[in-house]
Amino acid sequence: MSGSNQGKLQLSGRGVACVRGGREVFSGLDFAAVSGEAVAVTGRNGSGKTSLLRLIAGLLIPAGGTIILDGGDAEMTLPEQCHYLGHRDALKPALSVKENLAFWADFLGGERGDAAASLTAVGLDHATHLPAAFLSAGQRRRLSLARLLTIRRRIWLLDEPTTALDVAGQDMFGGLMREHLARGGMIIAATHAPLGIDSRELRIGGAV
Amino acid sequence: MTALAALIRRDIRIALRVGGGALIGVLFFLTVVVLMPFAVGPDLALLSRLGPAILWLGALLASLLTLDRLFMADHEDGSLDLITMSRTPLELACAAKALAHWLAAGLPLIVATPVLGLLLNLDMVATGAVALTLLAGTPALTFTGMIGAGLAVTLHRGGLLMAVLVLPLSIPVLIFGVAASQAAIVGPMTFGAPFSILCALSLVSLVVGPFAAAASLRHGLD
Repeated sequence: MSGSNQGKLQLSGRGVACVRGGREVFSGLDFAAVSGEAVAVTGRNGSGKTSLLRLIAGLLIPAGGTIILDGGDAEMTLPEQCHYLGHRDALKPALSVKENLAFWADFLGGERGDAAASLTAVGLDHATHLPAAFLSAGQRRRLSLARLLTIRRRIWLLDEPTTALDVAGQDMFGGLMREHLARGGMIIAATHAPLGIDSRELRIGGAV
Repeated sequence: MTALAALIRRDIRIALRVGGGALIGVLFFLTVVVLMPFAVGPDLALLSRLGPAILWLGALLASLLTLDRLFMADHEDGSLDLITMSRTPLELACAAKALAHWLAAGLPLIVATPVLGLLLNLDMVATGAVALTLLAGTPALTFTGMIGAGLAVTLHRGGLLMAVLVLPLSIPVLIFGVAASQAAIVGPMTFGAPFSILCALSLVSLVVGPFAAAASLRHGLD
């Protein structure tokens, strides 16, 4: 029995406030998410979708409020149990597709999936030895997705995940997200476009 | 340990590939030292007296040249976010990155020193002394330079600020590095005293550098 499939996760934020560059982005934000559920964070540009993901990932310090994870691994902090897929792909142009993925698998550690299988799942198996510099924007995104599959973590924080993916890529990604949810994972995605899976909407900063 | 080894391996691999930083530093070092005899003139006695200082200056500037990219590249492509979030303490990750930088960019300078010593009319003993002081002193340059590299990410200003911040920290290293080399070549001081201080500077920076850089990176999260 693999450890990551056990227990119910509950992520909850109470009165979370975010200040960036002296400007209050949002305040008094309450949210909750449980395992097996996808939450689509929506809102107009600049409403703080990315900021919310970065707060959960521990990459920003909340100006107020608390973010708590219940039911996770007690030995690890919240960010250590999250995958963060940001605007930037965290790929090194000089390294090949395989080397990029192998580095993150070694560095992030934890429970490992099969790297080759992940590359096949995202449709990059034909390009494993190609330097990442030669990848298109969509292929770079696919390689980032392979990272989420290779290292098993239960919480996925996705920032505009479908950007640059073609229609087939979005379908593939929808399938991967459904599998992740079925395994007891949690997805929090900031998005403008439909995610392609059933999700609950969390709207920040009023109507569009 | 796997995580740190992976980080060191990755950084060295990137540095050694085309467009990486390792070669740039050595080439710069080579250029500075090769040009110096032409600038100073054909006075062999003067050249051998200036030799250690020229080699040390060249090595100092060459290691500063590539240091400002130490965290900037990871910051720009988002890798730094994932490194910050990971289970590896940020201090250890910083130390691993500095070590990788020293292995890829600092060690080649020391290997190149004997060849360049010939151009500066240094004999075997003098070249050996300079190489030994560089081996003891360049880690200090890298690990103090790392503090500046961390601040450069935080403050969103690139190279110049970093050079201004780091240069005062590297002055003691330069002073004792050259002093130890000179002591070995002409005396009258013993080699041991300045060399011990140089080693001490390296050891202190090995401890302080990673903590200072990690603190700076954490403070600059955005």
